Amino acid sequence: MLAAHLSPLVASLFSLVAILSLLLTFVMLGSRWLKDYLVAFVVQCWLIAILSAAVGYYGHFPELYLIAILTALFRGLLLPYLIWRIIVRLDVDRELHERLSPSLSLVIGGLLVIFAFVVSNHLGNALGLAGKVEVLALTVMLSMKLIGFMILAVRGEAISQILGLLVLENGIFLGSQILMPGMPMLIELVILFDLLVVVACFGILVRYLLAHTGSTHARDLKRLVG
Amino acid sequence: MVAILLTVILLAPLAAVLLCLLVQRPRSAEYFNLIAAIAAFVAVLWLLPLSLHGPYFFLNNYVIVDALGTWVLLTIASVYLLGSIYAVGYMRLLNEDKRLHRFYALYAGFGLAMLAAPVMNSIGVYWIAIEMTTLVSTFLVCFEVGRESIEAAWKYIVIVSAGLTLALLGVVLYYWAGSLVLGPTYDMTWAALRHVAPQMNPTLATAAFLLVLIGFGTKVGLAPMHTWLPDAHSEGPTPVSVMLSGALLNAAMVGIVRFLQISDAAHLGALPRTVMVILGAFSLFIAALFIVRQTGVKRLMAYSSIEHMGIIALGFGFGGPLGIAGALYHMLNHSLNKSLMFFGAGNIMHGYGSKHIGAIRNVLKFSPVGGLLWLAGAVAITGAPPFGLFLSEMTILRAGLMGINAWAAFAMLILLIVIFVGFLNHFRAMYFERDETNEQSNSTTATGGPSPWCLLPMWLTLIPVLVMGFWWPHWFSHFFAVITTDLGIGVTS
Repeated sequence: MLAAHLSPLVASLFSLVAILSLLLTFVMLGSRWLKDYLVAFVVQCWLIAILSAAVGYYGHFPELYLIAILTALFRGLLLPYLIWRIIVRLDVDRELHERLSPSLSLVIGGLLVIFAFVVSNHLGNALGLAGKVEVLALTVMLSMKLIGFMILAVRGEAISQILGLLVLENGIFLGSQILMPGMPMLIELVILFDLLVVVACFGILVRYLLAHTGSTHARDLKRLVG
Repeated sequence: MVAILLTVILLAPLAAVLLCLLVQRPRSAEYFNLIAAIAAFVAVLWLLPLSLHGPYFFLNNYVIVDALGTWVLLTIASVYLLGSIYAVGYMRLLNEDKRLHRFYALYAGFGLAMLAAPVMNSIGVYWIAIEMTTLVSTFLVCFEVGRESIEAAWKYIVIVSAGLTLALLGVVLYYWAGSLVLGPTYDMTWAALRHVAPQMNPTLATAAFLLVLIGFGTKVGLAPMHTWLPDAHSEGPTPVSVMLSGALLNAAMVGIVRFLQISDAAHLGALPRTVMVILGAFSLFIAALFIVRQTGVKRLMAYSSIEHMGIIALGFGFGGPLGIAGALYHMLNHSLNKSLMFFGAGNIMHGYGSKHIGAIRNVLKFSPVGGLLWLAGAVAITGAPPFGLFLSEMTILRAGLMGINAWAAFAMLILLIVIFVGFLNHFRAMYFERDETNEQSNSTTATGGPSPWCLLPMWLTLIPVLVMGFWWPHWFSHFFAVITTDLGIGVTS
């Protein structure tokens, strides 16, 4: 277990990065501008890259340096570039008809974090980890998961949905760096690659959507029911 | 030998993908894909008896060939072959010759991803294989580019990817639970997890199992995560619907079964199985509701897939030798039978130029042979004797009545009767109801029966389903017994 031989300072560094990432998720939740989402996402990816490097350094997992570089390059540069191109093509700046106002989403997001904390605290107690950095990592992982699902549910723009999915993945990636830094590298590499393919697929689909339905809002996709 | 066969199974579709992209001719693409499907099917048949002596491991433990995986390979390879035969006839009707090579490249790629999934030994790689099936099939679903099909593809990729991230979270938690016992770095194979399962923290293992069940359950189409399924199945071209329904759902189910095995080894009590049984029963319930009031032909078949995945989930959830054997037998029966149903639906929809049940009347006049085959398939898919699905459903019912979740067996029985009535009522309307409104236009639209390419796979599915209804081969029982021992199930509580 990683936390057993971590100095308090390092543990708090990990906590800081995790909490900052969670805050950035709230930035996405509280804004209705698509570009804000993208910037928040980029910063979040860079934070995760920093976290990977830090875990690699303090936990003595040299392969994590490679993961950190790839995360920064793929998630922090290439993915945002692809999404940026989709945004430019779309000509949509902001979420026009959100189902919940940003402020209400923030409140619900807060409640989701509390729920995530209760669950992770329960798990932490069961594992004898109460108060350790693992509980925090688990909380952030579950919160980002829940908030990502919320973004998917209440935001209809195609870009919001793509970013919602990416937040889901970011949450898992972030949590897994702290909880299980020794995860086989092949898996992490392939998941990175997989993300790239996902975004490429979305890019093509968005083009189809624009060409054939004239809208990229999920609420206009309502022909298939029953 | 096993290694060679496995190479054939995986390389044949891969070669088809590359050849289709290189040659770019519609007719040759058809045959590349068909030949790959035949090669994969023959290799799987050959592999079946060999897998009994397994499990075999290849490529640093990343690939496993065991009886369960091979059984699922059999269902996938049969559907891939049947779908490829049908596609030759069906796709020519769409007049898309310019893009046809891309269709076949994607089709073979879809086949490849699905054939790869059940033999993946590393859980992370299995997850990726399942994710790849989603990405490839999205473009197959929206191949006939149109408003509805793009909507279906969008819903499909968003819902299933979101669901699969839940599964990934579950996998990560499993890895964590294992790393608390085995140390930070280990190969997360099915066997490794099952091995450490007894020492796993039960709370963590339960949470991980539930996440994995919901996640892969989305892909399997268990209610209430099924919402993508009717859209994707009904909007894709028929050969794609067949693959989605008959093969893809099984490829995802095999993951759930293997995780169920791990949670059995972890001694989590009755909870995992009960949740699985509840999801299965709820799928049946949702399917029954939507089948009774359905208006689209292919959507009717799609809800029937949800029903049958529910039944298979019930079978594995009940567990025990009977439940497992029933569920495995049902997998094969359903794959074949549902292919038949989609083939029929595709022929009829093309003949009448409509996907609405209300527009389809006097099917037997339109296509006597195909119509009769489709009708027989409809009787079979509702679980009536003397077809294979009757046998497998009865086996699952018997397994349910013996276990702790007997309530679900009664619910299953009632819902099956509702589905039987609802499903066949639509067929009564399509076959025997007089179309008073526009007798004239009906006879003009419904001309020209389906081509031999479209009828042959219907025969190839109906005959095995009928034979398996009369005769449960002894050899199958032996095979199922081996899988049951592999899964180590018998402990239900």
